[in-house]
Amino acid sequence: MRSDRHSTPYERLTRPLIREGGELRPASWEEALDRAAAAFTGSVQQHGPNAFGMLSCARATNEMNYMAQKFTRVVIGTHNVDSCNRTCHAPSVAGLSAAFGSGGGTSSYEEVENTDLIVVWGGNPRFAHPIFFQHVLKGVHRGARLFVVDPRRTSSAQWADRWLGLNVGTDIPLAHAIGREIIHAGLTNDTFIKRATTGFEQYREFVEPWTLAAAEAETGVPAEAIRELAHAYALAERAQLSWTLGVTEHHNATDNVRALINLSLLTGHVGRYGSGLQPLRGQNNVQGGGDMGAIPDRLVGFQDILDPDIRSRFEKAWNTTLQPNRGRTLTQMFEAMDEGELKALYVIGENPVQSEPETTKTVRRLATLDHLVVQDLFLTRTAQLADIVLPASASWCESDGTFTNSERRVQLVRKALDPPPGARDDIAILCDIAERMGHPWKHPTAEEVWDELRALSPIHRGMSYTRLEEHQGIQWPCYSEDSLEPGYLHGRLWSADPAERGEPAPFGLVGHSPPVDLLDDDYPFRLTTGRRLDDYNTGVQSSGFSSPLRRGETLDISPEDAERLGLADGETVRVSSRRGSVLVPVAVTPAMRAGLVFMTFHFPDQVDTQLLTIDATDPIAGTAEYKAAAVRIDKVAQAAGAAEQPPVPASA
Amino acid sequence: MTTTPVTLAPPRRLVDVTIDGREVRVPEGSTIMEACEAMGTDVPTLCYGDTLAPRNACRVCVVEVEGARTLAPACSRAVEEGMAVATDSERVRHSRKMVLELLGSSVDLSTTPKVDEWNERYGARPDRFGPRADPAPLGERDARHAGTHEVGDGSVAATVEQPAKVDNDLYVRDYGKCIMCYKCVDACGEQWQNSFAIGIAGRGFDARVSTEHDVALPDSACVYCGNCIEVCPTGALSFATEFDMRAEGTWDEERQTQTTTVCTYCGVGCNVTLHVQDNEIVKVTSPHDNPVTHGNLCIKGRFGFQHVQQRRRD
Repeated sequence: MRSDRHSTPYERLTRPLIREGGELRPASWEEALDRAAAAFTGSVQQHGPNAFGMLSCARATNEMNYMAQKFTRVVIGTHNVDSCNRTCHAPSVAGLSAAFGSGGGTSSYEEVENTDLIVVWGGNPRFAHPIFFQHVLKGVHRGARLFVVDPRRTSSAQWADRWLGLNVGTDIPLAHAIGREIIHAGLTNDTFIKRATTGFEQYREFVEPWTLAAAEAETGVPAEAIRELAHAYALAERAQLSWTLGVTEHHNATDNVRALINLSLLTGHVGRYGSGLQPLRGQNNVQGGGDMGAIPDRLVGFQDILDPDIRSRFEKAWNTTLQPNRGRTLTQMFEAMDEGELKALYVIGENPVQSEPETTKTVRRLATLDHLVVQDLFLTRTAQLADIVLPASASWCESDGTFTNSERRVQLVRKALDPPPGARDDIAILCDIAERMGHPWKHPTAEEVWDELRALSPIHRGMSYTRLEEHQGIQWPCYSEDSLEPGYLHGRLWSADPAERGEPAPFGLVGHSPPVDLLDDDYPFRLTTGRRLDDYNTGVQSSGFSSPLRRGETLDISPEDAERLGLADGETVRVSSRRGSVLVPVAVTPAMRAGLVFMTFHFPDQVDTQLLTIDATDPIAGTAEYKAAAVRIDKVAQAAGAAEQPPVPASA
Repeated sequence: MTTTPVTLAPPRRLVDVTIDGREVRVPEGSTIMEACEAMGTDVPTLCYGDTLAPRNACRVCVVEVEGARTLAPACSRAVEEGMAVATDSERVRHSRKMVLELLGSSVDLSTTPKVDEWNERYGARPDRFGPRADPAPLGERDARHAGTHEVGDGSVAATVEQPAKVDNDLYVRDYGKCIMCYKCVDACGEQWQNSFAIGIAGRGFDARVSTEHDVALPDSACVYCGNCIEVCPTGALSFATEFDMRAEGTWDEERQTQTTTVCTYCGVGCNVTLHVQDNEIVKVTSPHDNPVTHGNLCIKGRFGFQHVQQRRRD
């Protein structure tokens, strides 16, 4: 039953806070807004606009994200705007954009119910995306085969026809071996390859070394299982390939995504009803945050910041001048703090202290800032470090707007509650600061913001609020108010007419690069991370309800390893990586393979998992390698009854 | 830009049927209930679920099909060309009256919508079987074995009443209100959730909804998605908030608003309908016709709303 110590609920903020003499004290809204505006103005005057960074919120509405990037680009004059999509799915966007020119999943949930083969790669949607998995199970009950590729035998894998338990970080060898087997078995879709792709010959040569035997040695997956997946995927009439953070939270994540996309190009499993690629997003509006241009290289609707024509259209609409270069990603912003090049940070609804890898480094970097302004529902660990804290309303139930889900469906968010007295709407706060910095934006309604942005974004143009209501959400692209496009993307690739077909999709030539944090005698266990069913991310939201399933943080370990180390279920151990160590109780479970251990980051106040993780990042998308740390497990001497006491967070 | 045609279901032939003497044309394969709906004819039902395959368990919806020996459940009987249906004949009214009386005498229907209206319409008097027997002590019904049922002496009306099961902080199982419609079993099983934490134990009047081996909910396969609450027609399954507020006498649906918005716990984009009373979320449901959820949620979407209500008290 409920165990309170794992989850002290956070309380809502109702008054702005200002740091004075090292302490946060309550302040009036007037004072807090004046101080924030003065801080940003001063920083721009002293260090220029590029010393400013905005972390926008992947959980807030599209409208808020649009306003946050507009604030950054117009009021401040920089492209340094990013969000935590960097910490999860930017590689999917980057990989899909590189192949198809557009960074969204290609199919709809409904298609998973009407397909012949479903591959879930590097994810446990049964826990992390339960309602998507209901669509998967509909497909399974209708006869689709299910393959699950994941280091852990997850609750999703328990539903699979085949589970391929690969070693962490060997996704590319596995994908290449599948590709090679499809080619050698003569199961490629040659017409599709010829018409709709480029680089096949190079790809064929590139994957040639990855024989089934070589892949088995590297991935730990039996050759016969790899062969079976290759043949099943290539021979299926329709096939869906879905992935989650097991593919993207690696130092070479964009390459991982490209390697998976290659398989769809080989077989033509993209651009048709029932055949496609489906990255599952971890947060409610990760897709929308990027779509809205709250990223350093794109304007709303994936429009390239480097294209002068596009820039000039936005300059005219916003009456401003835009820098002709990309801004800093979230990862680069944190690095720039080390160099003293980033001096002011405006954080809206993000908790980087607890969500970024290597907690102590993040805290040290934030301490170098002249100004840290945090806008949030709660006094998070990040807000506790701020100079100014602005209490916000909850986007999903205290404001109007839209979110965009993993199938690109833009859906209406509606205000159901009044925020607690003192908390204010994100857009109103942004506008009040903008006004104090010389941009009197008044207070537009969510719908007015939406209408402004859809005038600028062709893929959103046809989505009026009225239509969104009428259709229970509309998937992008939607170019006009008179039509709806099919629920899947890239049907153009199947056209016989080269003009209609457009740009072909290039095969990605990506090499294998094992996890950066190497295993050795001192650190022999591979630690990977993920979510459980009833908790969420850093626990700020989910600690608010009392889940009967909640056990608090545990180190999941295989029965073989537990026996070898002499560990009993529930026993507290010390887990150490090359960066830090924590105390955590073990949970012995057959879901783990020997040599593999698993933790979440849902209970940072109990066990700060990010003390262990590594911040090696993907050079293209900037996503950190949360999924692969090397750790050691040591027994700790226990006094009688010590197991009854709450685990103590420890840092080395 | 190529526009590839979206796959649509093949067109369905239309068939003509007569309902209470009026002709109506509906797609082949429709149920009698759907045909009645198309005409605006009300058919009472308890066990029908718009997201579930019909179970024909409650028998409240029976109608008379011309030429048929027995009454037919409108919720699952498909229409046929030329079929003539009577929804308000003497035979239908008599059957519905009896079913409502048997259900009403043995089950607590105090939170079942529309039952009072139907009792009046069909002249049903559930109290005519005498005073209700005392509720069974908690666990007594769950311990009954098939073949050992003891028939009462007729001095009191037998009931399924027993104290509510409160064994977790999220939802309550009040099986004194259970009419054994099987909707929770189906929602938890293959049709939606696939958790299989709910089944039927026992036989005859002793049959009841149970977890595996009657273990307490926290020890069962339950994952607290609440998709059983979503389909329960009688309030036997309810949010702990609703159960507590009803006990306090503060539950007031007249003062509640329902607003549909989008859950924030992952990127799937489930639609959640927030039931709000006095600016507090008291219950969460999901629209049954929503293309993302079809009325289903997970533990976080269903119960994870409390964080917005943690008010700072300073």
